[in-house]
Amino acid sequence: MIPVYTRPKSLTDVVTHYCPGCPHGIAHRLVAETIDELGIQERTVGVASVGCSVFSYNYFDVDFQQAAHGRAPAVATGIKRVNPECIVFTYQGDGDLASIGMAEIVHAAVRGENITVIFINNAIYGMTGGQMAPTTLVGQKTTTSPFGRDPSTQGYPVKISELLSTIKGAHYVARFSLHNPANIQRAKQGIKKAFQNQIEGKGFSLVELLSTCSTNWGMTPQNALKWLEENMIPEYPLGEFKTGEGE
Amino acid sequence: MEKRVVFKEDHCKSCELCISVCPKKIIRLRTELNRLGYHPAYVSDEDQEKCISCALCARMCPDAVIQVWRP
Ligand SMILES: Cc1ncc(C[n+]2csc(CCOP(=O)(O)OP(=O)(O)O)c2C)c(N)n1
Ligand code: SF4
Ligand code: SF4
Repeated sequence: MIPVYTRPKSLTDVVTHYCPGCPHGIAHRLVAETIDELGIQERTVGVASVGCSVFSYNYFDVDFQQAAHGRAPAVATGIKRVNPECIVFTYQGDGDLASIGMAEIVHAAVRGENITVIFINNAIYGMTGGQMAPTTLVGQKTTTSPFGRDPSTQGYPVKISELLSTIKGAHYVARFSLHNPANIQRAKQGIKKAFQNQIEGKGFSLVELLSTCSTNWGMTPQNALKWLEENMIPEYPLGEFKTGEGE
Repeated sequence: MEKRVVFKEDHCKSCELCISVCPKKIIRLRTELNRLGYHPAYVSDEDQEKCISCALCARMCPDAVIQVWRP
């Protein structure tokens, strides 16, 4: 028999703590496949954030550092500057990156740090029990917006990829979705590009991945992916927003 | 018999995402529980031959449960 799909070597052989159907697991697998394919397992350093993916250091078979809430890009900056031969990536949720960590991600992009950022947008704070995130959609119900997000008091969703693509120091900024196998394949290509850019010294690369939180959204995993496709993609269009510095 | 699609059943969480994408509709959940307390997904020995080795299930699985081979 010829192998068509085998488990990535850069994933550890443990059961994750993620809920059934959580796309964090898909994103982990894509990053691990990329590390395998680029042959960089021995020199990759991940930086975990705060959120459900705080334990991601247990799931990747590479060196890892845990950062304080939102500070992963600053920690990654330090690691990369001291060890330029290492391939450094952060793995951050939207509560982590787009609220408390907004300053760190913007300035890492402004400085054009040669790091890779994997940004999971599931429109909610997952770990702490489903509070409103900066990325929560208008009208979306969360535990802190029980009647739906109301722009008159709670503002509008933050579009991280669009925002960062206006920054000259950012080399590659793209948004993909994890709701079906075709989109998962596209996301994989984007993740690979974001790591390849770092290997080639091209600078700051961020891949935003639209994701779900079936537990806090109160849906089955399948219905959550359908909700993502129908509601999140119109608000967060997919595509490559920036593919070279200075444009 | 050489299997085309193999499940690491003790890692499965019964999310059914593999079932939702399989074009041949051959993936089912066991009635027994695994050690996590979930009904793991599997493809029966008879249905292994119907598998077209497309690996859509493996690419969808959030828990890296599935590995796929082709003859
Ligand atoms: C300084 C600080 N403030 C607040 C918290 C509480 N906290 C933990 S996780 C989290 C948000 C996580 O949401 P997100 O980044 O979207 O990740 P998810 O859990 O959805 O994957 C917050 C606010 C904290 N741990 N530290
Ligand atoms: S490889 Fe394709 S046909 Fe075979 S079980 Fe998986 S999804 Fe179904
Ligand atoms: S997608 Fe993976 S975890 Fe979910 S039911 Fe299928 S094999 Fe189990």
